Amino acid sequence: MATSALDQQRAHAAAGYGEKTGLWSWITTVDHKRIGLLYGTTAFFFFLLGGVEALLLRIQLGTPDNTFLAPDTYNELFTMHGTTMIFLAIMPLSAMFFNFMIPLQIGARDVAFPRLNAFSYWVFLAGGLFLNASFLFGAAPDQGWYGYANLTSSQYSPGLNVDFWVLGLQILGVASLAAAVNFFVTVLNLRAPGMTLMRMPMFVWMSFITQVLLLLAFPVITVALILLMFDRFFGTHFFVPSGGGDPLLWQHLFWVFGHPEVYILILPAFGIISEVLPVFSRKPLFGYAAMVFSGAFIAFLGFGVWSHHMFTTGMGPIADTFFALSTMLIAVPTGVKIFNWLGTIWGGSIQLRVPMYFALGFIAMFIIGGLSGVMHSSPPADLQQNDSYFIVAHFHYVLFGGSIFGLTAGAYYWWPKMFGRMLEEGLGKAHFWLMLIGFNLTFFPMHILGLNGMPRRVYTYPPGLGFEELNMVETVGSFILALSFVVFLYNIVKTARAPANAPADPWNGGTLEWSIPSPPQEWNFAEVPVVHGRDALWETKRLRGGPLPEPVRVSGQGIHLPNPSYWPVVAALGLLGLMVGLMLIPRIGPWGAIAGAAVLFLGVFNWAFEPAG
Amino acid sequence: MSDSAHVMHLETSTGLDSRKLAIWTFIGSECLFFATLISNYLVHKGKSLVGPFPHEAWTSPTGQVFEPIIEIPLVTLGTALLLFSSLFVVLALSGAQRGSRKALLGWLAATIFCGLFFVGMQVYEFTHFVHKGLTLKTNLFGASFFTLTGFHGTHVTLGVIWLITVWIEGFRGRLPPAKALNLELAALYWHFVDVVWVVIFPVVYLIK
Repeated sequence: MATSALDQQRAHAAAGYGEKTGLWSWITTVDHKRIGLLYGTTAFFFFLLGGVEALLLRIQLGTPDNTFLAPDTYNELFTMHGTTMIFLAIMPLSAMFFNFMIPLQIGARDVAFPRLNAFSYWVFLAGGLFLNASFLFGAAPDQGWYGYANLTSSQYSPGLNVDFWVLGLQILGVASLAAAVNFFVTVLNLRAPGMTLMRMPMFVWMSFITQVLLLLAFPVITVALILLMFDRFFGTHFFVPSGGGDPLLWQHLFWVFGHPEVYILILPAFGIISEVLPVFSRKPLFGYAAMVFSGAFIAFLGFGVWSHHMFTTGMGPIADTFFALSTMLIAVPTGVKIFNWLGTIWGGSIQLRVPMYFALGFIAMFIIGGLSGVMHSSPPADLQQNDSYFIVAHFHYVLFGGSIFGLTAGAYYWWPKMFGRMLEEGLGKAHFWLMLIGFNLTFFPMHILGLNGMPRRVYTYPPGLGFEELNMVETVGSFILALSFVVFLYNIVKTARAPANAPADPWNGGTLEWSIPSPPQEWNFAEVPVVHGRDALWETKRLRGGPLPEPVRVSGQGIHLPNPSYWPVVAALGLLGLMVGLMLIPRIGPWGAIAGAAVLFLGVFNWAFEPAG
Repeated sequence: MSDSAHVMHLETSTGLDSRKLAIWTFIGSECLFFATLISNYLVHKGKSLVGPFPHEAWTSPTGQVFEPIIEIPLVTLGTALLLFSSLFVVLALSGAQRGSRKALLGWLAATIFCGLFFVGMQVYEFTHFVHKGLTLKTNLFGASFFTLTGFHGTHVTLGVIWLITVWIEGFRGRLPPAKALNLELAALYWHFVDVVWVVIFPVVYLIK
């Protein structure tokens, strides 16, 4: 039965029902699934780039007094590694899942503003290229991803390096804000009938909370970057002490953004894990409401803890106490989440498939990262740990052990839905074990090195301090970690060349995306679904008393879809031109910036007056 | 209004039009943008190493005397017109919803005029300050003043361009009551820009 439906599905796919092809169809696409794939492909490329940067850093640090990298190059590489992994890898990899999965999980045909969605992607791509173009000019940002004043002042960083960073992040901020408005409205407004807020899949909930964080945190960094740009371009003194300015103001503004940013990076992974664990434990998510509210509480507290990044700046006992307590408080809702995940798998009939491996790995690694975070929430402990490898260990346990493990779980889990192919189990498990071992070899010794006093952000260390062995272990570990992603790539290529084999619902899932063919047709749902409870698809299966038949591919005649448009690309190019023009003001005057702004205006105007379809 | 809007748009889960919800979302985000700029102004308030100052006179080491630079009467007029423009745009929207072309175009023109007056006032004020020796580089007051009011002025300018675009649509007869939302979106943004000024005006001009 299922097989014949699959055959039928392939025949229909071959007949090309509603599928447009060619480069132009991708440039003008407004389909959330295609935009999701563009996000994913681009972000994965940047992830590999950031990974190569990390490997170079690890080669340099593998032996004492190494001269593999010059100090300046080292500074550029660690700055670009951090900036790339945060803004060009983890955030857009999450955006891939927002794009592909939010509309499918809430039963919608697209996002609320399909062209704005395309605009977000093209602006993100422009920002990523702009930042990395700095390498071509030998002027990659070299001041660290946190960009502390006065490292960034024109006195101490006269080159183009910091300009690339300031304007590049500004471009990426536009992409994030546009996408955040879009997904915020999509989740609130485009839910299928019966999909009340408290019936939404947990991934949608955590993504929704992430959009709120983006909306409230990004304006702050936008202003901070504007002020820094004014300091550098127009001679103001906001962060320059000689003119009465305050370098610490930068740290405050940066971390008011930067701490919520941490939750922007981790909450989508929380959401993914909360989808994977129930499906492979064959049980609904334990404590659904507690999960929603603890996620919201984490986001709320996230705005009240920023100064724990600044204990060493001497804020005084009252501020230190407040920020220490608020930081410790965040452990409570996070602990609620962890216990609920454990409660979800407790007593379930656990199926150890690849997504489940990564989800379980996530829980274990994230707990380690969370615990070391609680350790330096205490100011006296932090005074010892600040600026040491202990901190590097901590944030890699939450960002790699957390976010990347979570995103990888999501990749294996949703791969069949996105590409119509199952990734191979054996290779997937090899990927997992290599990644888990490589990850811990790379980052666990950093705890010890940090507590023994090895400072971070330093390009080398002398022999005889007891740092040699553990650094070598880390370097070996980082290559095992890299190898795990080679296995992943091999898995992708191998399965891509095999025939499509994924049924609509390979995991017996409980959410709406599994009710439609894999990969979905352009309009997602031939008929808009009606939702009767949480875990909508499990509910349908229960009422039916068994699995659902394989959905057939249909002709999309009569289904209303938004028109493709090239104006989002034009507007994104205009924004890129505006930023390039700003950089060229000393060379060619304001004309480049004016031309860029004109193209941006042209794009937005034509977009506004173009029929949306 | 809601009936005609319902015909135009697909049903949404909240019943609110998606574009309207998007504008509200954007405004929420913009609140943080201006909150940060205003905080930046307040953090640097009174920290300027040299004059001219906003509210006090200053004698330079060379003996040159700078009067307090801020001039409240002109800005008060601009503020008043900006506040009235919020009322005018409400009347214009009411005209659009009733299908009264005259009310729509007239009140919208009044709104645009007030916006243009405000921008002109600001251009005059900025030039005046520069002539009196206050630029971005002079001191922290100059830097934070021009940044804060400048970004607000940019918002007003973009709002004026938006309103002019809507006015032209109305003039061409492309703004029937069913499409009044097109004006309402611009009006929501306009009110926001107005409200932000209600905070900036006392913070910068009135509080010494």
